[in-house]
Amino acid sequence: MTVIDRSRLPTPGPDPAFRFPVVSRRTLPSGLRVRTVEHRGVPVVSFLLLLSSGSAADPARLPGLAALTADMLDEGSGPLSALDIEDALSSMGAQLETEVGSDATVLSLLTLPRFADRALGLVADIVARPRLSVEDFDRVRDLRLNRLRQLRDLAPAVADLVFARVLYADHPYGRLPIGTTGGLEGASAADVAGFHRDVWRPSHVTIVAVGDVSHDGLFGAVERAFGWWTAPASGADPAVTAVLNGVSAPAPALPSTPLAVVDRPGAAQSELRIGQVAVPRETPDYYALLVLNTILGGQFVSRLNMNLREDKGYTYGVRSGFEFRRAPGPFSVQAAVQTAVTAEAIREVLNELGAIRGPRPATPAELEPAKSALTRGYARSFETAGQIGRGLAQLALYELPDDTLERFVPSIHAVDIAAVTAAAERLDLSRMTVTVVGDRERIEPGLAGLGLGAPAVLGIDD
Amino acid sequence: MDVPYTKHTLGNGLPVLIHEDRRCPIVAVNLWYHVGSKNEQPGRTGFAHLFEHLMFEGSEHYDHGYFQPLQQAGAVLNGSTNSDRTNYWEVVPPGALELALWMESDRMGHLLPALTEEKFRNQRDVVLNERRQNYENRPYGMAGMAIVDALYPPDHPYHWLTIGSPDDLRAASLDEVRAFFARYYHPGNASLAIAGDVDSDAALALADAYFGQLPPGPPVCPVAHPVATAREARLVLEDKVELPRLYLNWLSPAIFAPGDSDLDLAADVLGDGKSSRLYRTMVYERRIATDVTAVQQSRELGGLFQLIATAAPGHGLAELEAAMNAELAQVAQSGPTAAELERGLAQAEAQFIYRIQVVGGFGGKSDQLNQYNVFVGDPGYFHRDLLRYREATPASVAEAGRRALTDAPRVAVSVVPRGRFDLALPDSTTVVYS
Repeated sequence: MTVIDRSRLPTPGPDPAFRFPVVSRRTLPSGLRVRTVEHRGVPVVSFLLLLSSGSAADPARLPGLAALTADMLDEGSGPLSALDIEDALSSMGAQLETEVGSDATVLSLLTLPRFADRALGLVADIVARPRLSVEDFDRVRDLRLNRLRQLRDLAPAVADLVFARVLYADHPYGRLPIGTTGGLEGASAADVAGFHRDVWRPSHVTIVAVGDVSHDGLFGAVERAFGWWTAPASGADPAVTAVLNGVSAPAPALPSTPLAVVDRPGAAQSELRIGQVAVPRETPDYYALLVLNTILGGQFVSRLNMNLREDKGYTYGVRSGFEFRRAPGPFSVQAAVQTAVTAEAIREVLNELGAIRGPRPATPAELEPAKSALTRGYARSFETAGQIGRGLAQLALYELPDDTLERFVPSIHAVDIAAVTAAAERLDLSRMTVTVVGDRERIEPGLAGLGLGAPAVLGIDD
Repeated sequence: MDVPYTKHTLGNGLPVLIHEDRRCPIVAVNLWYHVGSKNEQPGRTGFAHLFEHLMFEGSEHYDHGYFQPLQQAGAVLNGSTNSDRTNYWEVVPPGALELALWMESDRMGHLLPALTEEKFRNQRDVVLNERRQNYENRPYGMAGMAIVDALYPPDHPYHWLTIGSPDDLRAASLDEVRAFFARYYHPGNASLAIAGDVDSDAALALADAYFGQLPPGPPVCPVAHPVATAREARLVLEDKVELPRLYLNWLSPAIFAPGDSDLDLAADVLGDGKSSRLYRTMVYERRIATDVTAVQQSRELGGLFQLIATAAPGHGLAELEAAMNAELAQVAQSGPTAAELERGLAQAEAQFIYRIQVVGGFGGKSDQLNQYNVFVGDPGYFHRDLLRYREATPASVAEAGRRALTDAPRVAVSVVPRGRFDLALPDSTTVVYS
């Protein structure tokens, strides 16, 4: 019988070395790349279709076009209507989801192995030969306009929209995938068809197939479903190709204002976004930044959360994060705080951001737990077929080496205090901007004391 | 699909469920306490959830917060409270299983010596912030309060939401925390599941070592509650929203009770996905709504069936209600078609398989084992649960729909943009929640 000792915590035993499963890579004659992984035990198969192009590929005059196009795909193909497609998929219990980010569009299909061919065949139909009819366009655009309208009610969404705009202005990252009312109203079914023709090409797509099937079985399913798909003869729009290749204007050096307020009279809380344009995925200090952020605001016991939630009781929770994208993505601190302590909460966040790069740098006592938190639980990120697929899709999107996931743990272990301290230099208070969505009348007097100047009062449409 | 497990009951009454799944080097620890907001008293609503927060603030033998040692060991962890139960879980590397059991058992057995007025006040503030974030400052966030308020009589344990009322939260005292702990947080009112990369015998030995010494608590009696007999009601709330939304609500069968799975299938037919009847009619064909959902919320003392739809600009909620009534009447009269039923069953079966992809977290295998164990006393209820769906027929779905929905009173709640009472169902009574 184990004798227990409550005078001290048990020391965790060593971790098994993390091994990523074997990945098989093949390419169809059309240029469509395929990655397969055998993942046994649960009879499911996950297909992730990654298009290396997201909302950053929106034409400047039509924000929202990439997401609108992705949304139109399952509205019909050949003789099948949207309802036929949905009916066929749900009759197999299959789940199909579409996500549009700034750099990529992902269609994810989860199904049972015995339905893999049928379900993936439907996905190929909607991806390669969607109807994109005028009637469907009309309805889908209306729904998206209504969704945009409803986002106005949602403080976190408004904060995200305005924060992106303040940071990036007219840069492609300055708009969220949903786009703008003007962009959606200005788009036509022909724009969608044009975008589909230029962007949705086999050579821009990677399919990651993971599941309870052999490599050959998985590849065969992709080949049978997508083998016939070839790119249209007409050339791609040069602007789109430029975005695909990562050539786009640099982000502004400074935000448009250090302090922006969106008025929300009577709001019970102020929604905060505090941050700056930071680094791209390929940044050499990627791992040091992950460790830095874990200490700062990336976990429950981070400096920010312990201060603002556990010590001050200002918020239900605060977190920070770097978004590592193709071009430099944002660093941001996110929280909803009580209206009455809005200015105090902002001051505490700015203090913490300043402290970690100067007066109170990360300590060894913080470093080791943060590294452990990132590495010791790493295996759980790849428990399911879908999770393994997502990991591989990230590699495909940012053209990272195959061994990136297996090297994650040693790469984090290699981060030392000096590296974290150097990474903290990325947090530049002179470029930091604060967006507040809250009750202007009640918070403005406090904001005046922050030394950020008079706030720019913005609306969701500015 | 099968989730093989062993079940042992420790000397103090704590059931220990263990499931081996060695595919991924992680272990899930999942602990249910059979207490939720249904165990609260009017005037002290929100207490069970506030208490859950205090469980993360340290216990007698490690009073430095619950997260640090576990996150440092590579764990993810969380907890949640609903009307019926409170659950806590960790997912850890195999070498940290003992640490997780140490921590969970210390707070089960030794929470109170570490509890202070300061922690209590701070977590009450955190909960008040949670309420602001998830209810007060969220569009349509107060509709749930209006619904349970009207659907259940004041002395029914489902008359209030788990988050509670701010006045009640502020009135709670530390003495009440102590009494609540003594009454509900003990081995006899809990269920422990361990799932993942473990050896069953070794895991049981560890669980026994850490939990077996804790004293059993007083028996917890089922909550006495009046029969909930709904009255027809129409209410309207103003909110800071762009588009009006209609909530139609009925009392329905409890979780695993006859009719529960039939209504789940009825909800699929009516509102799950684009090919569902309500979506097809209201969003796809007539374009009078921007979204529509149907859900059978299965709970321990009784279920809640809801149809929810948001009006497209230019349309009022009466128009939506008429469309919903028509589709509902159809389903209650004839039931789903054979194809619809087949689709619903295929989805239910696939969902079962998708859910068992993960050992831990909310809804993972360890959570499922505890749910079955606590609610039906059988952790291996997976097969029986699925069988309920396989046995459904168009007639059984129609009958459940008639009994619970079309032949029963309902509470209709309209949420409208400020000043736009013209969009609500006619003859609705204005209510205000804060």
